[in-house]
Order: sequence, then structure tokens, then C-alpha cells
Amino acid sequence: MWIKSGLLPLLLSYVIALVLMVMPIPTFLEAWRPDWVSMVLIYWLMAIPHRVGVTTVLVMGLLTDILMGTTFGVYATGLLIIAYFTLRHFQRIRNYSLVQQTLVIGLLILGKRLIVYQLEHFLNDAAFHWSYLYPVLSSMVLWPWLFLVMRGYRRRYLIR
Amino acid sequence: MKSLFEHGPSLRTRLLLALIIAGALMFLDHRLQTMQPVRSFLSTATAPVQYLAVLPEEVMNRVVYLATTRSALREENLRLRDELLELEMAVQRLNFLENENARLRQLLGSEVRQASRRMVAEVVAVATDPFSHQVVINKGYANGVYEGQPVLDNRGILGQVISVARTTARVILISDQSHAISLRAERNDIRVIAKGIGDLNQLELSFIPHSTELKEGDVLVSSGLGGVFPEGYPVAQISSIDRDERLQYARVLVTPFAQLDRVRTLLLLWPANATEQPVYDEVEDVD
Repeated sequence: MWIKSGLLPLLLSYVIALVLMVMPIPTFLEAWRPDWVSMVLIYWLMAIPHRVGVTTVLVMGLLTDILMGTTFGVYATGLLIIAYFTLRHFQRIRNYSLVQQTLVIGLLILGKRLIVYQLEHFLNDAAFHWSYLYPVLSSMVLWPWLFLVMRGYRRRYLIR
Repeated sequence: MKSLFEHGPSLRTRLLLALIIAGALMFLDHRLQTMQPVRSFLSTATAPVQYLAVLPEEVMNRVVYLATTRSALREENLRLRDELLELEMAVQRLNFLENENARLRQLLGSEVRQASRRMVAEVVAVATDPFSHQVVINKGYANGVYEGQPVLDNRGILGQVISVARTTARVILISDQSHAISLRAERNDIRVIAKGIGDLNQLELSFIPHSTELKEGDVLVSSGLGGVFPEGYPVAQISSIDRDERLQYARVLVTPFAQLDRVRTLLLLWPANATEQPVYDEVEDVD
């Protein structure tokens, strides 16, 4: 068997994350849209690091770039750097309590957004807005629930 | 921390390789701008994701439509008929004025303005960073959409097309930080440049001297300079002028007429001199 178990559900979770990223939502929620792609990737990176690795992150980053219309490689770079830290410490993060995990996720997403901002500033003269960091908070609020849902999903579809 | 059985190159090497790839792509895309065909192809490939994103909303709309009662529909029909009557009367007057304008322009020896063609498009996805105000629409080069095409909504200019895939296209809004548009004041023809500042409800005018004759409430229309946007469409209204003498220029903020924050349906415009032609899906209104 060279198709590993649960390939389709795994791919489906990526597609859902991408869809949630570009879905039109009411304006007042817009600034608070959680960073779905980062959260889903971080979850898979720490749950099944032998399977989801740097290549997946690179591909997802480039897809994000396409969908967001940014210069190729901007989101990819941001995601790759936080993926590195996740992969280095996955055993530790995995065993943290949900609250501790939430803090780590917040830090990772903050890191990613700062990298993306820095690159955008460098390439396209972007100006900083505090609203750009709101998703860090909303992602942290959502993480515990997302974690439990994703764990159930992983066990249900035997993704390993 | 290393896991027990790790194969292949180390994590750091893999990260470095991936970063090099990402960096190279960034260089190719931004410095050399060679990625446009790839981008167009990949946008076509990822279009399903964007269509999936609006699916729930479309289902909702359909359900709401199915649940509308007969009397509500009749009421709406009546209201629309009244509106149509009013618009028709306005159009009669407009036709008369257009003819007169053409005759006068002929007398003056200047070129008669040609009518432009348009097509309705819908937003299928948004890009939501404060520093990239873009939307994706459901028309692409299969419909004759081209790069640099002006996009409007029912109140004013929204932005322009920056990249085109087969069935989708990406529109940069006038509020994007990298976008600027040439305008002129309707009252006294002062030419200005409105730059996006990453705020959907505000643009900023650049290089306005403190002694400017502009006033709060002045309406700014597109100037037609630069060749992208057609002349004379309303764009924004001046909301505040800060004549702080310590600054080199007056700080003038304007509010766009187009509702950039809730854009759903928009209008693609083919100016008369455009080389591309609109390709309509079904029979649509052409003038």
C-alpha cells in the first residue's frame, strides 16, 4: 500500500483551511478572522510530523500566496519558519496542557504574521496596523476547540 | 530534539532548502516579474477553492429566495417597477444630454466620447490583510477581462484588475496601499492623486499645498489621466483637511463613494478604445 491511510481526510482539512481563509465574512469580523491555515498546519506538524513536513508547508504557503495575491514566497517563508520551530519542539508542544499550547500557538502565529509583515514592508512598502495582529488573539481563543476537533478528526479517520 | 528514526537530510537542511526555494520565487516574482504566466495558471487551478468559499452564501441565498412569500415578491416587484420607471425617465434625459454633448464636442472639434461596454461580476473571495486590499471576481479572460481594466460599483470606482485567470480575476481596490488614482475636483478642476492607506473607508491625497482651494465636502471624480480609468466617474468626497503648518503638505483625507467594505456585485468596464472585447455568458444588456 503506497497510499497511506487517511490521505483524503488530510487533504480535505487543507482545502477547508484554505476555503475558510478566503471566504467572505461580515466586515466587522474581517479583522478578527483566525489564521486557519497556520493553525491546521501547526496541528498536523505536531501530531504527525513524520508525514507532514517542510514540503507540505512550502506547498501550502505557495497556495496561500496565490489565493491572497501576495508575492510568491511571502506566506511560504513565514509558514516555513514557524514550521521549523514546531517540528523541532513537537514532542514538547504535544504534551503541553491546552492553555500552554494556546500560548505557544499565539507566539507562533505572531511570529508568522510579523515575518509576513516584514517581507511585505520590504517588498511593497506596507504600513503597520495594529489590526493586523488581531487574528493572533482570535486564533488563540479558537485553538483549544480546534485542537479537540482535529484530534477527534484524526482518530476517526485514522490519519497517522 | 530528534526523533529516534529520522531519515534523509536533517530538519535544518530541509528548512534551508525550502527557504531558498521560497526566496528564489520571491525574487523571480517581485524583481524580475517573470511569474505572471505561472500565477495565471495556478490561479485557474485554485479557482475551485474560491468558488467553494462562496458556496454556503449562495445556498443561503437560494434558501431565502425559496422561502420568500408570494406577497413579499409582489411587493418587491411593485417597488422595482417604480424604480424602473424613474430610471427610464432619467435615461431619456441622459440620452438627450449625451446627444447634445456629442454635437457640442463636434462643434469644438474634439473627439466624441464613445459609449463603453460593461459586464456584471460577482466577488467570490477576498484577500484580507490590511496591506493587501484585493477581491477575486467570477469573470476571467474567458469573458474578455484584461489586466488594468477599470472596475466600478453602483456608486463609483472600486479599483482595477491586476491579474487574470481563466474564470477568475483579481481586482485591487483603490484603498490598497500600493494603489493611487488620479482625480480632479468637480467644483474647480484641481488635479489630485488619491493614494490608498490600507483603510477601506479612507484614502489620502498626496502633495496638497497648504494654500489649496479644496474644501471639505468637495466631490472628486476620475480625471482620465493615466489611461486606466475613464474620465468623469465619481470616486470620493473630501472628509477632512488638516492644514498643519509644521508638515510639508496639507493632510487631506477623502472617503470613497464605492462601498469597498461590502462589495459583492461589481461592474467591469470596457472603455471604447479597449482592444479586448467582452464575452458574455448569456444574452446581457449591451449599449
